[in-house]
Amino acid sequence: MDVLVDGVRQAATLLARADAEVLGVLWTSLQVSGTATLIALLAGIPAGVVLALTRFPARTLVVSAVNTGMGLPPVVVGLFVTILLWRSGPLGALEILYTPTAIVVAQAVIAAPIVTGITLAAVQNVPAKFRLQLVALGASRPQMVWVVLREARLPMLAAIMAGFGGVISEIGASMMVGGNIKGQTRTLTTAMVLETGKGNFDVAIALSILLLVLVFGINWALTAVQQRR
Amino acid sequence: MRRAMWMAFLVMTLALGQAVSAQSPAPAGARTVIVSTTTSTQDSGLLDVLVPLFEQQTGYSVKTISVGTGQALALAARGEADVTLAHAPAVEKKYVAEGKMHNRRLVMYNDFLLIGPESGPAKIRGDKHVVAALKKIAEAGARFVSRGDKSGTHVLEQSLWKTAGVTPAAPWYIESGPGMGATLGIANDRQAYTLSDRATLLAFSRRVDLKPMVEGDRLLLNIYSVMEVNPANGPRVNTAGGKAFADFMLAPETQAVIKAFGVDKYGQPLFVPIAGKKDEDF
Repeated sequence: MDVLVDGVRQAATLLARADAEVLGVLWTSLQVSGTATLIALLAGIPAGVVLALTRFPARTLVVSAVNTGMGLPPVVVGLFVTILLWRSGPLGALEILYTPTAIVVAQAVIAAPIVTGITLAAVQNVPAKFRLQLVALGASRPQMVWVVLREARLPMLAAIMAGFGGVISEIGASMMVGGNIKGQTRTLTTAMVLETGKGNFDVAIALSILLLVLVFGINWALTAVQQRR
Repeated sequence: MRRAMWMAFLVMTLALGQAVSAQSPAPAGARTVIVSTTTSTQDSGLLDVLVPLFEQQTGYSVKTISVGTGQALALAARGEADVTLAHAPAVEKKYVAEGKMHNRRLVMYNDFLLIGPESGPAKIRGDKHVVAALKKIAEAGARFVSRGDKSGTHVLEQSLWKTAGVTPAAPWYIESGPGMGATLGIANDRQAYTLSDRATLLAFSRRVDLKPMVEGDRLLLNIYSVMEVNPANGPRVNTAGGKAFADFMLAPETQAVIKAFGVDKYGQPLFVPIAGKKDEDF
């Protein structure tokens, strides 16, 4: 128990004196996972809309693939992205392995199916008759999509929260493609594993409290927007 | 209102993109050195002291990839690293013999300890010979936790079992998997014997009540070597950078830093520098 108390006290101390290393790790996590979520939104929302509003052969197959992707294990993504980015791999010339960019790539791959899947479900939940009505009223297709997305905006915010929450707390991919390098690719979760490995349980607890507060803060802000009436 | 939100979104996107690209400048190829090494060098905090020194002295930027010795060498053999700092002499020599690694030089050592519960069933406390002690553990069927991850510690443990002529097996032999720290936790929890390096044991001394059983045996010396990666292993190996890091590890100033490391925190040094020595000297 004393470990937990120490951890909470340590978290307060680290925050109070604005520990440069902790703030750096926090900032890296925010940047990397924020950017990855944005990329996932840019790719996932259009993909979800297209999947929801069109019919084509093998659509069920694609939708099943997206639904599977929503539970993609981060270590699997980490492994494949690592192999792709290896110096000897097909994308080795980019030399981005063990950089924040590599983590962004892996996390975007993890978050994109989550955003796509939730968008797909959200748009499909808008009644088809509503769409027909819009078209009947003379809406062009882009106008129709825009109105439908606005109708679906509450679950869409859930897509952002799920995507961001998923990547900021994942560890497997960040560790593999980032390498947990001090001052470069150390994120909240990889730092936690390292500190636990070092036996610094109080620091690890402090970091986990930071992570929870951060995720809660962001979800709170998004929920406030979502529930605003 | 909506416009304002979109603007905010856009600004955030740009700011984040900027920040990330600012943090990872265009691939600086030859200015970056990738060091693959073992978890113990990082967990002990030694690299956190040495890497900034090296970067200051040479202008190289270092990426340290801390993994088990097995993986550290495997990555180097694929040309995914430029230089390797490892502690499994038998495996290292194999890689050198195969031509995957060049110029293996001893850097420092610390030692391993066989630790266990004070009133353990194998009655090995104070034994001088680790191999004999392991035999007793096997005969008593006393619980032993292994790293099981091809780390330097695991490689040494396996070779010791081999010398003892014992094939360790369940149920008394437990293979854990995670790093040294977690393994100590498991051993402590199960009141089992295990093999640990001194640095990690010191770091965990507050939470582990297992006691040293056998220490000081020549076989328990934990020798770290630095090796440069053969550029033929893969494209884009930074040979000059790898050599610079290896030379740095052996420089007298660096060796002095190694010698003093850990004294302030543990009251005793964690590593003994041995630049210039050979395997035969031990």
